[in-house]
Amino acid sequence: MALINFLKPKNQLEEGGRTAALVQRDEGEPEKKCPNCHKDIPLSRLWANRLVCPCGYHFRMKARQRIKMLVDKDSFRELFAEMKAGNPLNFPGYKEKAENVRAASGEEEAVVCGLAKIGRQECCLFVMDPYFMMGSMGSAVGEKITSLFEYAIRHRLAVIGFTVSGGARMQEGLLSLMQMAKTSAAVKRHSDAGLLYLAVLTDPTTGGVTASFAMEADIILAEPGATVGFAGARVIEQTTRKSLPKGFQKSEFVLEHGFIDAIVVRTNQKKMLAELLKMHNGC
Amino acid sequence: MGLIPYNRVKLARDSERPTGLDYIRHIFKGFMEFHGDRRFADDHAVVGGIARLGGSPVTVIAIEKGHTAKERAYRNFGAAHPEGYRKALRLMKQAEKFGRPIVCFIDTSGAYCGIGAEERGQGQAIAENLMEMSTLCVPVISILIGEGGSGGALGLAVSDRVWMLQNAVYSVISPEGCASILWKDASKAEIAAARLKLTAEDAKSLGVIERILSEEDIGKKEFYERIRALLIEEIGELSNDLDLVGKRYERFRRIGADVVNKE
Repeated sequence: MALINFLKPKNQLEEGGRTAALVQRDEGEPEKKCPNCHKDIPLSRLWANRLVCPCGYHFRMKARQRIKMLVDKDSFRELFAEMKAGNPLNFPGYKEKAENVRAASGEEEAVVCGLAKIGRQECCLFVMDPYFMMGSMGSAVGEKITSLFEYAIRHRLAVIGFTVSGGARMQEGLLSLMQMAKTSAAVKRHSDAGLLYLAVLTDPTTGGVTASFAMEADIILAEPGATVGFAGARVIEQTTRKSLPKGFQKSEFVLEHGFIDAIVVRTNQKKMLAELLKMHNGC
Repeated sequence: MGLIPYNRVKLARDSERPTGLDYIRHIFKGFMEFHGDRRFADDHAVVGGIARLGGSPVTVIAIEKGHTAKERAYRNFGAAHPEGYRKALRLMKQAEKFGRPIVCFIDTSGAYCGIGAEERGQGQAIAENLMEMSTLCVPVISILIGEGGSGGALGLAVSDRVWMLQNAVYSVISPEGCASILWKDASKAEIAAARLKLTAEDAKSLGVIERILSEEDIGKKEFYERIRALLIEEIGELSNDLDLVGKRYERFRRIGADVVNKE
């Protein structure tokens, strides 16, 4: 017996009793591994359940997938699709990186904005995209979101925003930072006009987006298990040299500390948003 | 002038540099400090109160780093908690109620990142300041005197005028943070500092600040006297502006708008 066989585990159970054996699967049925329950779930089943695993884990979603899932059929009309950032600081590598991401994602920028109907209620909608530079906010993201709030003021519409972001886009330096002030000022004008702004925080919502429009909504909802915070957990650990509490910066933790209104599972979001819009539209 | 950007960062961080309280003592008369956010605590990293400038009452707020090791520990090295931003906002709202102009001095490596700061809503506290400052109906001038660290600095800088000391820096991320994200190597901070365009000259050419305050060797008295004169003049002009809030909106509205491709 070769030494290497001797080192092999005696059974196929991993630590904790999970089976390491491959799950029997139908040929050709693509699957996705859930990082929470570690099971391989057929994609068709995941899609039927809006990318939520039977264990409750919410997978990240592309902006357009989310819009399709959320809005009334054929009701979405995109706005400001032409806006995209250049490389204002001539930051080395930024242009190439952005072009690669554009090619891979099919999106021009990290947020998609437009008009939509949800439960027959008209509203302005923005949805950030985790697959575009982790939803980072540069000049174009700031400009699109600001323009959407201004549009909503002109047409007296509510705004619904789905946030996901690693924070400000550092390749645009100070210009990115200033988008926090710009978007916040637009949210304030929209709010002062008596209009409704609903935010849904999805995994992860952090940094400059948390410290601006994500936390400025009249009603702030979040998806289960989403990371919501300002500073990165690793940075906090390094700075304070303390171990972080269980569930730190998860939406349940943030809810417990009083910073969001409710956690809503993805499958209930459309119904709840439609009802909230109706209640604020006087119907 | 002529310094490489990373040397500016070092100068901006120098503990010998005048801090917020030095500016308050030398520029204003009769400063009375007001404490606390009325919600949780008094944050020692943020100093605020009222004082006289050229005879008129103003509200003054500063992020304070301290000079000695003991002071710096007491001030948490100028890294404010949410209660610091909430104290600042309380004092700004008070200034608005009584028609007092507001002057802020900013010197921070960034808002504190810690467990308590997250539990008490660091992001929400800064977000609320950005939103509320945008419609304050009294003149607001912010001066970056040392480090202008990201959202932690911006939380006191949604103002009608933003000025920077010649050797202050203003950045979306520390050069060390940028280097460790891009190259997994914080020691490349010198390269990152140059790319982030964080000097006062950069900020001015990007349209983020209006004025650079010279640090040329002119003697302490004259240095503060010049800033006092500029503040009095600017506040006088802003006080006569009937569209202060509209212009403040436009000031931030245009930043970044011109670099976005809208074809």
